[in-house]
Parts: sequence; structure tokens; C-alpha cells
Amino acid sequence: MGKVKCECGHVNPHGTILCESCGRALTEEAKKENLVDMRYEGSARRSQTYNKTIIDKVWNFFSSVKVGIWVIVLILVAASFGTILPQEFYIPGNIPPETYYEDVYGTFGKIYYMIGFHDLYNSVWFIALIAALGVSLVIASLDRVVPLYRALKTQRVDRHESFMKKQRLFAEQQAVLQESDLQKVREELKKKRYKIREVNGALFAEKNRFTRWGPYVNHAGLIIFLFGAMLRSVQGMYVDELLWIREGETLQIPGAGGDYYIKNDGFTLENYEEGEDPEVFNEAIDRVGTVAKNYQTDAVLYRNSNNDLPGAEPELKKVLEDDIQVNQPMKFNSFAVYQTSFREDEMKAMHFALTNKTTGEEVGDVVIDLFDQQKSYDLGNGYKVELKGYYPDFDGFTKEGEPISKSPLPNKPAFLFNMISPEKPEGEVSFVEIQNTMEPLGETIYKMKFKNLETRDVSALTIRKDLTLPILVIGGIIFMIGVIQGSYWNHRRIWIREKGGYIYTAGHTNKNWHGLKREIDSVLDGTAIPEPKDRQKD
Amino acid sequence: MSDLAGVSSTLLYAAFIFYLVGTFLFGGSIRQKGLRDDERLNRWGIFAITATIIGFIAQLGYFFTRWAAAGHAPVSNLFEFITFFGMMVVGAFILIFFIYKTAILGLFALPIAVIIIAYASMFPREISPLIPALQSDWLHIHVTTAAAGQGILAISFIAGIIYLVKNIDQSVSTKKTKWLEVIMFTILSVVGFIIVTTSFGLANYSASFEYVNKEEASAVQEFTLPALVGPNEGVLVTEGKMEPFVDMPAFINANKLNTVLWSLATGTLLYLLIRLLFKKRVAALMQPLVRNVSSDLLDEISYRSVLIGFPVFTLGALIFAMIWAQIAWTRFWGWDPKEVWALITFLFYAAFLHLRLSKGWHGERSAWLSVVGFGIIMFNTVAVNLVIAGLHSYA
Repeated sequence: MGKVKCECGHVNPHGTILCESCGRALTEEAKKENLVDMRYEGSARRSQTYNKTIIDKVWNFFSSVKVGIWVIVLILVAASFGTILPQEFYIPGNIPPETYYEDVYGTFGKIYYMIGFHDLYNSVWFIALIAALGVSLVIASLDRVVPLYRALKTQRVDRHESFMKKQRLFAEQQAVLQESDLQKVREELKKKRYKIREVNGALFAEKNRFTRWGPYVNHAGLIIFLFGAMLRSVQGMYVDELLWIREGETLQIPGAGGDYYIKNDGFTLENYEEGEDPEVFNEAIDRVGTVAKNYQTDAVLYRNSNNDLPGAEPELKKVLEDDIQVNQPMKFNSFAVYQTSFREDEMKAMHFALTNKTTGEEVGDVVIDLFDQQKSYDLGNGYKVELKGYYPDFDGFTKEGEPISKSPLPNKPAFLFNMISPEKPEGEVSFVEIQNTMEPLGETIYKMKFKNLETRDVSALTIRKDLTLPILVIGGIIFMIGVIQGSYWNHRRIWIREKGGYIYTAGHTNKNWHGLKREIDSVLDGTAIPEPKDRQKD
Repeated sequence: MSDLAGVSSTLLYAAFIFYLVGTFLFGGSIRQKGLRDDERLNRWGIFAITATIIGFIAQLGYFFTRWAAAGHAPVSNLFEFITFFGMMVVGAFILIFFIYKTAILGLFALPIAVIIIAYASMFPREISPLIPALQSDWLHIHVTTAAAGQGILAISFIAGIIYLVKNIDQSVSTKKTKWLEVIMFTILSVVGFIIVTTSFGLANYSASFEYVNKEEASAVQEFTLPALVGPNEGVLVTEGKMEPFVDMPAFINANKLNTVLWSLATGTLLYLLIRLLFKKRVAALMQPLVRNVSSDLLDEISYRSVLIGFPVFTLGALIFAMIWAQIAWTRFWGWDPKEVWALITFLFYAAFLHLRLSKGWHGERSAWLSVVGFGIIMFNTVAVNLVIAGLHSYA
């Protein structure tokens, strides 16, 4: 495609609307307009120039701000739909979503679930919208930033008067530029930190051109951010595991390749107490009841130095001790361990006494660790208790009379004992659950009398590794820099030129016209140079 | 300690009074055009902005004394947050006022701030201790920055609404006049909420209901307004109180819906009263007040506020929010409703800026957009906390 040569001699790229150098209109449409469109300096944007191949068409589609706005609006509206009912990951974990939405929210909930809004943010179409936004950001930015950069770099001091006449702020007057006036203008402009260039009796003052790059910088930041978010799906970049750990337990940290183990040295739950805590809180505590003050797991982190040896027993070396609290995760390597949840007072062990039912004499104590039972407990002198069956989460009997356990968790433990005594060397059978004892094979002499219960807390820790964070941070910082760069300054330009017995003045800013007008007023105040008037009133 | 809390409440009360006084003084000063640097403010205007600044300082006093009393910045419950938001609206107004010197902005901004603070006072006001999730310096950083951003964006709405009151032709009834009345009605409903809540509060109204909740368990709900609608299978326990007309299904919080109904009813009453009394649309009634201000200037203020507020909002409500979420909730983003609505606010203003820059949406269209934007902000501030359950819902 041919280049466009302007009357002033400058050669412009194909598709240029206003000469990059002198500002003359190069197209027929632009020549007819009263005010020039200064948005991208009338530069040659690819999207406005080519429209033949498929690539052109795709490029043109995504470079359109209109399309971009539509994508933004669609994401916005779609995102709001996801907040009408709770998303799948926020509903109670013990109820299947298929039934939850219908049970709680009726027909509306059923439809909500059926069209997939219960997991909207992970849906293909929502992710496709985000992807479209990403593509739009890249293409729309490239389409504009390159020609804009060229145009602003090439602009000359003595713009053609036709360019000046078509500026929104413009004035002309038959007069001659006085050097004393110019000198005053220069000083005023310098005070306002304009960069001044002068050629052939023409003055051009410009400031804050960098603010024009703000949008492109913030778009770049967003693209980096989206790219970082995409990397999460790459193997090894991201770990998100939940670890339920009981007091006293040492467990391997999931997601860390067996390198690390963690021990729970105790879980603490504290509430605010009237009297102990500042008096000003009393009223709130009274109204609400209990207010939690602290959730804490005292943790010890170990490293398994035998992890590289296949089949070897783990050899744990202490790495660090830390109190994990909400807002204060434990950190090691690229991992962070968070206090996420807890369950208080899980049953750990039950104490029984083998007791003679008639005399009430206790022969000896049996302690049954609910997580580590023995087959039999020898009490000496011919007394022994055999554990025939253990049902940690007892849930009644089958038709055949077999006890059932709902889960392996000791929520409602039940035991089948065989009690051996000198009187009954074969033993007598007793089925014991909490607050209930059955003698399925006939009356017994002895019973297992419940003494007490040992409990402990269970803490839920979230294990997190996210190697995408640094990229997101960089993207976020660049985005903020770009937004501030583009928002808090204005690119202002003032042209003053004498030609053929006339003084022309014109001004342009990318935003905040009131500010520019005020500035020009004070610069030209007390001179014979005409004050530009605003020719575009809403 | 409690002395300090007392001083704090008094200061907030003082701020409230000063804002009211400021409103009336601004009312007296609006013959002023206030366009350029060389046009000085008239005496009314100077008094008005002085009252506003004194009020603002008093409210800052409230903020810091309460901080000292509680040991944490008072932004940890709905009352404290909305009060702070009101303060940020005033702060943003003072900032913009010193750029543009427009008295008319004060005549609208201060009443809005007054309504916001009064609205906040309808929620439990005691100093509450921080739950573990809130025990972080990021509480102060994130919440204050986000509220500051919202406050500045609110000024955009205020300039926008003045623009609409001024420019929409009130001689004929159109879609535009109707929508403008909807906005006025909404504001009156908030006033209605304040009136009903205060009245029944003074009368110590309370009615308890036993009902069946979402989890199909028996629960108790206390109504502080007479129940127009009752909870699911609700049974009135307190004797001699009003029986509801209809029971709601379990997934609707009848107490909150009831409050909304009362507010709307009172708002309607207020609205009809004004219409009957003046025989004019509310916006038409206000139109003479704004005659003197330049539309161009209003448009500029509205746009400028978005330009100033958008980066602050993004920083506070998204970036700081994400940093804190990573620390407290283990992940920087979790599609919690409040997070989503902050994103929606961000996207909306991003669209606003693009429409303005590239599609030339100036003037009236831009003004409507600023109203919608503020609607989204208020939805996120109020409705998401109260209606949609999530991690941000306060006790």
C-alpha cells in the first residue's frame, strides 16, 4: 500500500487522516469537518485501514472499543447472576447440589442449577468471555498505541492553520505577535511546567504527554494479570489442599511431595469474655452472645530427610514451630499453611471399668483408644476384656442383626465386648453404646461401666502454594501505575502562531477542558494574544 | 475507656448537626454561579463550607476517639462502615469543592451524607470486638481505601443528579422524568426507613416469632417493626402485637423484607405528600435551585470524580482486598458476592470511562451512568451485606 505524502513534505503511513507532522487533513471526510477528531491524533490505525482478509476482520472486531464495552457489560451482567444464589462451593458440603438448590430454593433453585449458574464462574462460556476481554485488550491497545506514538513523536511546532482552526479551543485575530507578549507567555508556561518549542514565529507548548500512555500501560498490566491467572492450571504452579489434623497427630503435608510433615501440638479456641477484655466490648458481647477471639493451631513443621530414599521410613527433622492463626499463616518455601476450620472435642478414647453388677466391685480399668484399639485388654487375675467388634459411627443393626457403622469417624462409638472372668472363663458378651448396654446372649454377671471420655480438637489447615502470585503482583502494580498515570494528569497542548497578519491560538487536552481553559486564560492574561474560545458546547 | 466512647458519639452527633447547618447555608449561597477562580465565593458560601469542614473535623474526631476506645479502626461493622462512607462522601465533596468552587454541589452532597449517616445509625452501634478474620492491619487499609473510592465516586453521582434535575425537561412527562422520580422516590424511601425505624425504636416495639427456617429447624426471629409479612410457618409469641398478613417461604428473610416494605410504604407516603402539597414532580420542584450552574461544569465534575475515584476504588476494593483475602481466607479471589460486586462496580466504571472516551457519551448519558454506578455501589454496600449471605455479612 502506498504512503501518503502531505503538502508539507511529510510522508505518512497509508490510512493517515491528519498529517502526523503539520496536521493538514488528508482525507476528504476530514477536510469537510468543522472540528478535527483528535482522539488518536488522526493517525493511521490498522483497524480503520484494512478490511479484506479474515485476519483483518478479526483484528477489526476486537480492536473496536464498542466490542470491548460489550464484553465488559456481558461479564458484568453474567457475574451478577452468579450472586443470586450461593455458588456450589459455598453450599454445605454434606448435601449434593442436585438436591440442595431445589430443596432450599424451590423451582427457581432447580432451574438455576439446571442452567449451570451454580458454578457460573467456572463455566466454559464465562471463561470464554474473560478470554475475549483479554484478546480485546491486546488488539485494541496495539491498534492504537503504535500510531499514536508515531503521531505524537512526529508532530511539528508550526502546525498548519487549517489544523489549528479545527481545534475545539481556537481563536484568531488580525494582529502581530509582540516579543514582550511572547516572553510573558513563555514565562507563564514554564511556571506551569510546559515544554516549549519554537520554530518560525510559532510556539508550541506541551505537557504531560506520558499520561496518554496510561491506558496502554494499565491494559498491559491487566493482560499480565490474566496471563498469570491462566498459569494456575499449569502442573506444579498451584496447590490447594485441606488437611484435618487432630491434636497430637503428625501428618504428611499434602501437595508437598512427601517432603514435609506437620504436627498439631494443640488447638485453641478463645472467645471474648466480659471482665477480661476491654469493657467497651461488653455491650456487643451481651447482644451477640459469644464472639470468637482466636483460632489457633500450635504447629511443628518437619522435613523428611529420607524422602529421596524409596521405601525408607520417614526421618523427621524439625524445621520450625509456629502458632498458626487466622490472618497469620505459617510459611515455608513457597507454601503457606492457614487456619481454616476446626471441630472441637472429637472423641479420642473411652474409659470403662469391668464391674461386677451385683457387688458393684470394679475389677480394673480399660482404656480404648478410638483410633487404635487392641484386640484384648488383660486385667490380670484371670480377668480379661476382648474387643470383638468396634463400630465408630454406630447406626443401628442390619436385618441379620449385625451392627452397622456409618463412617470410620468416632462420632457415636459402639463396642462388642467379651468379658472374661474367673466365673466365666469363656466370657460373656455385652454390646455397649453411649448410654446403652445390651446383653444379646443373655444376662451377664459383669458389665463394662462407662467412666469417662477423652476428647481432643481437630484443626483444619489449608495448604496453599501459588507460584502465579508474583506474576499477578507485577500485573497489578503495572495496572495501578497505568490507571494513575492516565487518570491524574492531562495531556495539554497550546499552539500560538502568527501567519499572514493573523495570530492563531489553539488548545487541546485529552480531558478536563475546564482546567485547560483556566490555564490558558492565566497564561494569555495581559497580552494581546487572543484567548481561544470553546467551540463545542453540549 | 467508656468516656472516650461517649465523647466519640457526641462528636458524631455534632458532625451530623454541622452537616445539616451546612446544607442550609449552601441553600442560601446558590445564587452564586461559582465557575471561575476570579469569581469569589459569597459570604453564605464561605459560611457553608466552613460549617462543612468543622463537621468533617468533628467526624474525624469521632473516628479517632472511637478507634482509641476500641483499639481498632471503627470500620468493622455495618454502622461503622456506612458512617465512614458518609464521612468519605463529605471528604470527597470538600476536595472537589476546592477544585471547582460550586456551592450547588454542597446543597446535594451534604443531605446525601446526612441520610447516609442517619441510615448507618439504624444498625447496632455498640463497639464490637474483632473476630479472628478481621484481626489484621489490612482491615484499616482495605476498608478505608475502598470507602474513600466509593465516596469520591458518589460525588460523580451527585453532580450527575444535579445535571439531570437541571437538564431534563419537566414541562412534559417522559420516560426520563419518570426515572428521575424513581431516583427521588428511592432517596425518600431511605428517609422513610430512618423515620419508621426511629419511631418504632423509640416506642420499643418488639414482636417475636417462632418459625421454621431454611434448614427446617425451629428458630426465633424478632421483629422491631409490626410484621406485615411473617416468617415461614411463623407463630407470634409476643402477646398483643400485630399478626402478619402473609407468611414468607423459608429462604426469604421475612424480617428484612418487612423492613423493606415499611420503608417503601413510608417513602410512598412522603412522595405522595410532596406531590400533593406542591403539585409538581419532586425533580421539577428542585429544578429552580440548580438553574444557575453550568451543565458543562457539572459534566466535568461528574467525569473528574470518576477519574479521581476509580483508581482509589480499584486499589482499595480490589487490590488491597485481594492481598488481604490471600492472607485471611487463603486465596486472593473466591467469587464471594461482595468480591463479585466490587468487580462489577469496577467493570461498570471501566465501561463508563470507555463510553466517555471513545463513544462520546457526555452530558446527559454520562449523568445517567453515574447514577447507575452509584446504585451499584449502594447495592454492594447495603444489599449484598444484608440480603446475600457471604463472607462479608456482618453480625
